[in-house]
Amino acid sequence: MSEPRKGSGPDRRGFLKGAALAGAAPALAATTQMADAQIAAPRHTPSALPPNAHQIAAETKVPGAVENRIGGKPGSDFMVDVIKTLDIKYTPSNCASSFRALHESLINYGENKAPEYLSCMHEESGVGMAHGYFKITGKPLMTMVHGTVGLQHATMAIYNAYCDRVPVIIIGGNDLDAASRPPGVPTFHAAQDINLIVRDYTKWDDMPTSLQAFAQSMVRAYKIAMTPPYGPVAISLDAGLQQEPIGAHGSGLYIPKLTMPSPPAGEMGAVKDAAKMLLAAENPVIVADRAARTANGVRLLVELAELLQANVVDQGGRMNFPNTHYLARPAAATAQADVILGLELSDFWAVVNSYTDNGEHGIGFNSPKAKAGVKLISINSVELLTKANYQDFQRFQSVDISMPADAEATLPALIEAIKSQMTSERRAQNDQRADKAKKAFADIRARETATAAVAWDASPISTARLCMELYAQIKDEDWSLVASEGNVSNWPNRLWKMEKHHHWLGRSGGYGVGYGAPASVGAALANRDLGRFSVSIQSDGDLMFAPGVLWTAAKHKIPLLSVMHNNRAWHQEVMHVQRMASFRNRPSNYGNDAGPVGTMIQNPDIEYHKLAESMGWWAKGPIKDPAQLGPAIKEAMAVVKSGQPALLNVWTQPR
Amino acid sequence: MKTLFTFSLLAAGLVATSAFAGDAAKGKVAFEKKGCWQCHGYEGQGGVAGPRLANTQLPEEALISFVHNTNATMPPFSEKLISDAELSDIYAYVQSKPKPADPKTIPLLNLK
Repeated sequence: MSEPRKGSGPDRRGFLKGAALAGAAPALAATTQMADAQIAAPRHTPSALPPNAHQIAAETKVPGAVENRIGGKPGSDFMVDVIKTLDIKYTPSNCASSFRALHESLINYGENKAPEYLSCMHEESGVGMAHGYFKITGKPLMTMVHGTVGLQHATMAIYNAYCDRVPVIIIGGNDLDAASRPPGVPTFHAAQDINLIVRDYTKWDDMPTSLQAFAQSMVRAYKIAMTPPYGPVAISLDAGLQQEPIGAHGSGLYIPKLTMPSPPAGEMGAVKDAAKMLLAAENPVIVADRAARTANGVRLLVELAELLQANVVDQGGRMNFPNTHYLARPAAATAQADVILGLELSDFWAVVNSYTDNGEHGIGFNSPKAKAGVKLISINSVELLTKANYQDFQRFQSVDISMPADAEATLPALIEAIKSQMTSERRAQNDQRADKAKKAFADIRARETATAAVAWDASPISTARLCMELYAQIKDEDWSLVASEGNVSNWPNRLWKMEKHHHWLGRSGGYGVGYGAPASVGAALANRDLGRFSVSIQSDGDLMFAPGVLWTAAKHKIPLLSVMHNNRAWHQEVMHVQRMASFRNRPSNYGNDAGPVGTMIQNPDIEYHKLAESMGWWAKGPIKDPAQLGPAIKEAMAVVKSGQPALLNVWTQPR
Repeated sequence: MKTLFTFSLLAAGLVATSAFAGDAAKGKVAFEKKGCWQCHGYEGQGGVAGPRLANTQLPEEALISFVHNTNATMPPFSEKLISDAELSDIYAYVQSKPKPADPKTIPLLNLK
């Protein structure tokens, strides 16, 4: 460790040694007294000896003003002082020895407020909750993870957050000093470069070795995580640094002031060129993925679309554009575009190309799906954060104008540039374009409802029926669909009225299964504090990765209506294995199940309602008859409105 | 689940009323055994993974040819995996499905 730890104050190792000697002293004295008594056995002694002066003092004297046994304020108290300046409301974590000192400081010195400790069953749940929470509030949470193993548990959820551009502050415990750390388990849980396993999918990480360095590191981490493109950060805390008194690290500790940077906006020359290209287009199309970071982003995108009378394809990384707006379009709208403006796209290549998983020898093939000569404009902050190892950057797509910048921060300038360049002749075209767009929009909506009507009364229940029974009950609430993991044919996005930023939060980011349940609970926690009604469409496979988060929701009274899309399979894989069998011209082995061996969740069926009940939820199921679904949702909603979580186990069609 | 599914079809008299060359009852069994339901749904209603087959407008011969030879998103199923006769049965089955209700008559599809 660093030099100050060897300085004037008692360090942890010295303190522990002293404590052990002090603890041994009374025992040694007692043994001596016993020996003395045996030697003097013939002498008559009273049955109870009178207390000596030391014992009288111990029993009657008022204790001195000793603050604690370590001789001053512990380092972890100062860490809490630093953390409190960042206004972090919760810390969903699974308890562990490597951060026990910080844990103790948070709940006692910090009075378990800002952040409040939330008990989690799994580190993946803690990160997933922080992920969902951020998407409602725009504020990060801190989660603590235990040494090597806790961080390993957390990794998949960290990767999801990274791919979804969501900030999470991960605080890991570690015990660095190999010469003095406890042997055995704590040494298994220590590492020389502990953050190495998440470095490829965090924006930044650090392992401060003094309290002052921690203060700088924590403030820097927050700033980096919260500067678009957002992303997770990791700080590893040495156990000794947490436990030793501040005095050992000298005086003059300070907490740096946090000043948030403005998000990076597009360069004005490129913005003007983009405006010119969009105005010249006959059929401009806007494609948005994670464009709207805030509700203001939605407003700006509506303004831009109406200004151009451009169709908008919302890919659903966030709620970017109201699906009730007459310019909202499905993905196929890009096929006729002559200019495509891509806003924070995770995969621009796939907007203008298709991949068909059905080529010769089992290898897929590519084909263009946009018009020849289409012009492409990209505004994408993720270009500022490209790493080598993990392939979240997708295939390279050449574009005509490239702005490595935050889309929401660039939209005001782009809107102004279009306004200033727009001729009266171009403006006059807008009414005609709008009339045409409104008619096309009405046709699309009619086709969607006709499609939803197919198999309306089927059992297992159709995904369209599931979604509309649910929407009918929540539509008059201030609702928030906090997760829709598992594919329900996108019915909420197709048929619900999604107009507010919190109506839809996007997906997991990295498609790591196990996001839906914890992210729902985290987002529901945020919505609870805002007085909103949270609902999730919870898939069966996703829930079983870390179902312990159900207990966390019950324990901390987080109201959430979880309606299960229980198709009794990892259905994506059902189709993948079937596809492989067909390519290879052999029948697929279903064993005793309805689909390929290893892809079905049946025989036995999981009784999710009982699972939820066992962890303190109100629950009901399995519901297979569509006529029973509406009344069950009503019943569950009453429970949720009383402040408790409720789950309905609904048997559904595959997709 | 399968029992319930079969019961609902028989109760509605749907399987027996097929007017096509194939046998709709056998087609239902083949539809499940060959994995058609995986992408097209148990009712052939379709979804994001596969188009609707219930009451398809595609001629029977075209469907059979497509299944054997497709190079589109769906992988081909050779005659070894699914015979023409089985596909005829499946065709009869998906054509036996009741016509969907007019969405205007379904209150949940007309929410304000």
